[in-house]
Amino acid sequence: CQSIVKMTEREERRFAEVPRESIKLMAESSGVELSEEVAALLAEDVCYRLREATQNSSQFMRHAKRRKLSVEDLNRALRWSNTETICGYGAQDALPFRPLKEGELFFVEDREINLVELALATNIPKGCAETMVRVHVSYLDGKGNLEPQGTVPTAVQSLSEDLLKYYQQITRAILGEDPHLMKVALLDLQSNSKIAALLPYFVYVISGVKSVSHDLDQLNRLLHMVKSLVQNPYLYLGSYVRSLVSSVMYCILEPLAASINPLNDHWTLRDYAALLLSHIFWTHGDLVSGLYHQILLSLQKVLSDPVRPLCSHYGAVVGLHALGWKAVERVLYPHLPAYWANLQAVLDDYSVSNAQVKADGHKVYGAILVAVERLLKMKALSLTLAAEGSGAGLPGTTTGAVGFRENSPGLSPPSEPLSEPPLGIASHLQAGGAGCPWEEWTPVSLPAMYCELYSFFGDSLAVRFSTGPPLGGATPPGPCQPLEGRKEPASSAPNLENTRKMPQLTASMNISPRQDGSPRMEPQPPSLAATETRKTCSVEVPPGPGLGTTDIFPKARFPLPQAGPPAFSFIIGGRQMGRRCQGRRFQTSFTPTPPLTTHPPRAYAHKLPVIGRVSKPVRRWTCSHYSLHLPL
Amino acid sequence: MAAVQDGPMELDAEKETKPEILSDGTSNLSGNTASGTLSSSPLTAAPAGGAPKMEDQQTLIAVLQFLKRNKLSESVEILRREAGLGEHQEDSQATDGSGGGKGDGDGGDANSLLSRVFITSAAAPQSMLVKKDQPDVSVVLSAYSQQGDPPLYQVYYSGLKNFIESVLDCHRAELSQLFYPLFVHMYLELVYNNHETKAKAFFDKFSGDQECYYQDDLRILCGLTKKEHLKGNEVLLDFRTSRFVLRISRDSYQLLKRHLQERHNNQIWNIIQEHLYIDIFDGMPRSKSQIDSMSGSLAGEARREVNKAKVFYGLLKEPEIEVPLDDEDDEAENEEGKPKKKKTKKDSLGSKSKKQDPNAPQQNRIPLPELKDSDKLDKIMYMKESTKRIRLGPENLPSICFYTFLNAFQGLTAVDFTDDSSLLAGGFADSTVRVWSVTPKKLRKVKSTAELNVIDKESDDVLERIMDEKTASESKILHGHSGPVYGVSFSPDRNYLLSSSEDGTVRLWSLQTFTCLVGYKGHNYPVWDTQFSPFGYYFVSGGHDRVARLWATDHYQPLRIFAGHLADVTCTQFHPNSNYVATGSTDRTVRLWDVLNGNCVRILTGHKGPIHSLAFSPNGKFLASGSTDGRVLLWDIGHGLMIGELKGHTDTIYALKFSRDGEILASGSMDNTVRLWDSMKAFDEVETDDFTATTGHIHLPDNSQELLLGMYHSKSTPVTHLHFTRRNLLLAAGAYNSQ
Repeated sequence: CQSIVKMTEREERRFAEVPRESIKLMAESSGVELSEEVAALLAEDVCYRLREATQNSSQFMRHAKRRKLSVEDLNRALRWSNTETICGYGAQDALPFRPLKEGELFFVEDREINLVELALATNIPKGCAETMVRVHVSYLDGKGNLEPQGTVPTAVQSLSEDLLKYYQQITRAILGEDPHLMKVALLDLQSNSKIAALLPYFVYVISGVKSVSHDLDQLNRLLHMVKSLVQNPYLYLGSYVRSLVSSVMYCILEPLAASINPLNDHWTLRDYAALLLSHIFWTHGDLVSGLYHQILLSLQKVLSDPVRPLCSHYGAVVGLHALGWKAVERVLYPHLPAYWANLQAVLDDYSVSNAQVKADGHKVYGAILVAVERLLKMKALSLTLAAEGSGAGLPGTTTGAVGFRENSPGLSPPSEPLSEPPLGIASHLQAGGAGCPWEEWTPVSLPAMYCELYSFFGDSLAVRFSTGPPLGGATPPGPCQPLEGRKEPASSAPNLENTRKMPQLTASMNISPRQDGSPRMEPQPPSLAATETRKTCSVEVPPGPGLGTTDIFPKARFPLPQAGPPAFSFIIGGRQMGRRCQGRRFQTSFTPTPPLTTHPPRAYAHKLPVIGRVSKPVRRWTCSHYSLHLPL
Repeated sequence: MAAVQDGPMELDAEKETKPEILSDGTSNLSGNTASGTLSSSPLTAAPAGGAPKMEDQQTLIAVLQFLKRNKLSESVEILRREAGLGEHQEDSQATDGSGGGKGDGDGGDANSLLSRVFITSAAAPQSMLVKKDQPDVSVVLSAYSQQGDPPLYQVYYSGLKNFIESVLDCHRAELSQLFYPLFVHMYLELVYNNHETKAKAFFDKFSGDQECYYQDDLRILCGLTKKEHLKGNEVLLDFRTSRFVLRISRDSYQLLKRHLQERHNNQIWNIIQEHLYIDIFDGMPRSKSQIDSMSGSLAGEARREVNKAKVFYGLLKEPEIEVPLDDEDDEAENEEGKPKKKKTKKDSLGSKSKKQDPNAPQQNRIPLPELKDSDKLDKIMYMKESTKRIRLGPENLPSICFYTFLNAFQGLTAVDFTDDSSLLAGGFADSTVRVWSVTPKKLRKVKSTAELNVIDKESDDVLERIMDEKTASESKILHGHSGPVYGVSFSPDRNYLLSSSEDGTVRLWSLQTFTCLVGYKGHNYPVWDTQFSPFGYYFVSGGHDRVARLWATDHYQPLRIFAGHLADVTCTQFHPNSNYVATGSTDRTVRLWDVLNGNCVRILTGHKGPIHSLAFSPNGKFLASGSTDGRVLLWDIGHGLMIGELKGHTDTIYALKFSRDGEILASGSMDNTVRLWDSMKAFDEVETDDFTATTGHIHLPDNSQELLLGMYHSKSTPVTHLHFTRRNLLLAAGAYNSQ
C-alpha cells in the first residue's frame, strides 16, 4: 500500500519521521486498532527500517553509477534483506508527489490502471533505439575540441574560426564555377557530423533562392545544397525544415524569371525540386507532417488560379505527384474537370503567338497524365492489398520491388500507409486545414475514377496505365473489370512501356496502318499525324542546351495536330494500336533501336519526368539514387 | 585454458579448514565454512599480523565452537584431528583464554575480539549453554551489558572533552582522535541498555563535535535508537567487532592515562581497553593535518605492524622466449624483403626486461599459465606498438577519445576495453553484457559443430574458416545474468570475458562462441567487481559479502578468500606482477592481499568515502585509489605510505588509469570530467627518508593544483572507464545522460 507519510522536519535530528498518527491511520485502514504506545513504537521502528533500507539501497545506486536513487535500488535492498519488495513503482519517470491543502499531507498520486485495457492495447510503443557506441575525439593532444559532443545540436552559437572558414569554403565551392569542387563540397555537407552550428547559416543561404530566380544554375545548386543537408544523418533540421521546404516550394511553383526564356530548362528544376520535396517528406516525415496540409493547400491554390502561368501549374502538378497519389487523388483529381477546360483552350489554340504557351500546356498535360496514371495504379494496388487482407501498408517494400522502389519519390509520405482507408485520410486532412475544399470529398471508386479520367485522356491513359512495371506484382482484383481488361497487355508485353520513347512512337505510326482489326480504330490516318508530329517537333522546339530532351519532347504534343475532341480520338487510335497489336509485334519493331537494347526496361520505370524528357536526368535519379550530378 | 601446475595453490574443499591456513592470522575461511553468511564475519575479521601461540589456540577453539554451534560436526572432527587438540583441551583452554584476556594491559594485540567472546562466555556460561543456536552477534553485543551508570555518560564524556581541550596544542590533536570512537561506543552502550532518551540526548549534545568525515556513519547511528536495531545493523556490527585503531604518541598517551586514573574515570578507561586499540609510537606527536589525512576509515587507522610485511612490488621478468621470437619475427620480415630496422630498439627493450628487479617476486612465486603461441604473437604486437608509443608528459598530453554509449536506457554499469583496444564491453543494469568491436573487424561466432566437421582442418587459414561469416556483426549481446552487471573484465588474450552481477555470480563468457562457459558461484551476494589477472587464468572478485575471492578459470570454487574488510568490497585490481590483489571497500580502506598465502599485507587508510576505483602504476610501485569523496590518493606500496592526495573532482571517481609509462594518471568521474595528473611529479616529490618510512607519518604537500595537468569536460556523460591504448591514446567511456 502506498503510505501517506507526514513529514516532520526537526532541527536537531535532521531527518524525516513517520508520526504515530500516520501509523494509526494506516492500521485503521487495514482494520487494526492500535494503542498509542504501540503506534509510537511502530512508528519508530518503521522509521528506522525505512532509513536502513534507504541506506542499503544507496550502494546499489552507487554501483549502478547513477546519482538518482531508483525504486529498483530500494527493491534490491529489500530483497537482499529478505523483505517483500514494492511492486508497481519501477517506472523511470518521476512520480508526482503532491501536497494536500488541508493538513500537511503529501502523497504520491496513485491512479488506477485498467490492466485489461493495458494488456489488450494495440498502440504498443515502438521499440526504443538500439544501444550503440559512438566514438568522438574529444581532445586532441590534450587541447580542447570546442565542438559539442554527440549529435545534439546546440542553438546558434558563436562560430569558431574553423567553422567560419568551413562555411565560407563550402558556400564558395557550391555556388562557384567548378562542378567538381561543388560535388566535393556537397558530399561533405552530406556527411559532415559537425556542422550543426552552421545549419542556420546554410538555411539562410538557401532561402536566397528568391533573389536568384533568374539563374537556373544557382537555383539548382541551392537545391542540391538542400538535398545534402536533408541527407546529412548528423543534422537535426528541427524547425529549419520549414524554411527549406519553402525554398523548395518556391522552385516548384514560382513563375521564375528564368522561365521567361523558353531556352531555359526550368522544367527540370521543377521536377528536381518536386523530387526533393518528396524526399524531405520521406526522410523527415516527423518534422514536416504539419506542413503537409499547408503545402497541399498552396498547391491547390496555384492549380485553381487560371491567371498563373502554365509553368506554375506544371509545378503544382508535379508537386502533388511528389506528395503521393493520395494528394493527387485529393487535390488534382477533383480539380481536373475545371482545369481541363483551361488547358483545352490552350491546346486548341493553333495561333503562332500561342505556340510557346501551347508547348507549356502540353507539359502540363503530360504531367497530369503521369500523375493520374500513378494514382490509378496505386489505387488499384491498394485495393488489391486490401482485398488480399495484407493491408499492412508496405509502401514500396513489397513485391514488385524494383520498379516500385524506383518510383519512390512519387510515393505518398510515409505517414500514410498505402492501404489506409480513404475515410481515414479524409478526417486527417480535415484536422489539418479547416474549410479545405476537399473536405466534402468522397472516395470515388476506382472504375468510376478511371471512367472519368478516360473521358479526358482517352486511350492515352489506357496505354500508359497498361504499361510500366506491374505494381505489387499483383493483377487488379476481379471487381475492377475494365481495369483487368486493360492491364492484360502489360503483363504479356512488359516492354510496352517503351512506347513512351519518341522513336518508338514514330515507329508505331509506321506500323499503325496494319492495325486494322482494332475495334477502336479511328478514321484518321495515323501516318499523317505522325508526320505532322515530326514536323511540329522539328519546327517548334529548339534544342535544349545540353539536355537530350528535344527529340522526345514532341511526344507530349503528339495529339497536337488533331484539334478538339477528334484530336483525342486520334490519340486513342494511335495508342490503341499500340495496345492491341499484341505487343509482340510492337516489340519486334523496336528491338533494333540501340538505346533500348542497352538499357533494361527498369531504367525507364520512373515516370515523373517522363513528360517531355525521358532521357538522362531521369535515369540518373532512378539508377544512382539521386547522385549529386545533375546535368545543368 | 592454460594449464597450471597443481601446486601449493590448490585448495580443495577438504583442505579448507587446515590449521596452517587458520594460523596465519587472517583466518582464511572459505567455501563451506563461511557458507557465505555474514554472521561469520566476526570470526573472519580477526586482525592480521603476527600472533602468539596462545592466541592461535584460542582462535582455533573459537572456530571449533562456532562450527559446533552450527552443527558442522564433520568439520569439527577434521579440524580437531588436524590441530591435534583434544576435547578436554578445548574446554580448559577456553577458561585459560578468558583469564589471559582479562589480564591484558595497554592495548596488546592479544586482546582480540574472540577473547572477549570468551570473557562473556566465562561470565555467563549457563546462558551460553541455553542459547546454543543464538547467533554469536548477540554474544558480541552482550559485552556491553557489564557497563555501569548510563546517566553519567554525558558527564564522563564532557569531562574528557574538557580535559582534551585544556591540554597542550601538540597533544590535543592526537587525543581528539578519541572523541569519535568513544562517542560511538558510549552511544551504543546507552542504546543497548535501553536508555533511549539518554542516548538521544547524548547524541544531540555531542554529535556536532565529530569530524565531518564521519557524517555518513553518524547518520546511520542517529537512526538507531532501539536495542533490536543493533542486531541487524551490519555497519555497527563492524564497529563492535573490530577495534578502532588510534595512533597516539607515547607522551600523549601517558597524559591521557594519568588523567583517567586521577579521575578514576573507569567507564571511559574500560571502553578504551575493550573497544579501542591504541597504537603507541615514540616521537613527536602528529599534527592535525597529518592525522586527518590518515583517518576516516570505519575502523580507524591501520596498525603499523600490519603494513610491515615485505611486498614484492617489482615486475616479473619478461619471458625469455621474447627475444628469440623477436628475432624470428625479424627474420620473417627479412624473408619478405623488409629491412632490419627495429632490431636495435627491440634489443634494448629486451635487455631492460631481462634485468631482475630486486623487488620483484620469484618468477614462480605463484604458478602462472604458460604462454601460448598466440600469446607470444600478441607480445610481439605489443612490443611493436610500444615502439610507436607517444612519450607523455606535462607538455605532451594525450589525446582523448570518448566512447559514448547512446540510448543506454537500461543503464550502463560497467565498461572494459581489451588491452589492445580492439574490443569494448559494457555491463548494463538490465542484466545484459554487450560487446562491441571498435575496429572495422566484425565480431564473429565460431561455426556450429556440424559445420566445423566439414571444414578442412589442415588448411592454413583454418582459424579463419572456423568463423561463421553469417554471424558477423558490430556488437553482440550476452544474456545470462539475472541482475545488473556491475563488473566486466576481458582476459588478456581476448578469448574470454568475465562479468559479475547482482545475482551473486561471476560468469565467464567465450568471445569465440559468445556463450557463457562457467558461472562461478560463491559470493551469494551482489558481486561488485571482477578483474582478470594480467597473465590470465586467475581472476579476483569482490562483493557485498565483504570478501574478495581469487579464482582460477578452471576451478569452480575459489582458490583464496581474502577476508578482512569490514564492509563491501567495491573494487578489485591485480598487481601487474599478479602476485598481489588490491581491494577497495566501503569501509574506506584499501587492502593489498598476497595471492600466494592469502595474507593481508597492506591496509591503507585515509579515504573519507567508499572507494570505487583502483589503479596500479605500470612499474608496480604505486597504487592510486579514488573514492566517492572525489579525491584520489596515491600510495607507495613498498612502504605502505600515502604519498599524495589529488583533490579536484566533485563527485565519485569511477575510473583511474596510469598511462603506459606511468607519467600521467587519468581520473574519470561522475562529475563528467576527465582529469590528468602529473604522477611523475607526485611520486618524485615524496620525502622517503627513514623516519617517515618507519613512522608512516607523512606530511603531504597540498599541491593538487600544481599536479593537475588538465581537466576535460564531457557533455553530460559521466566517465565510467578509462583506458590508455598501447600508444598512449586515452580512451574514455560513459553513457550519455540526457537529464
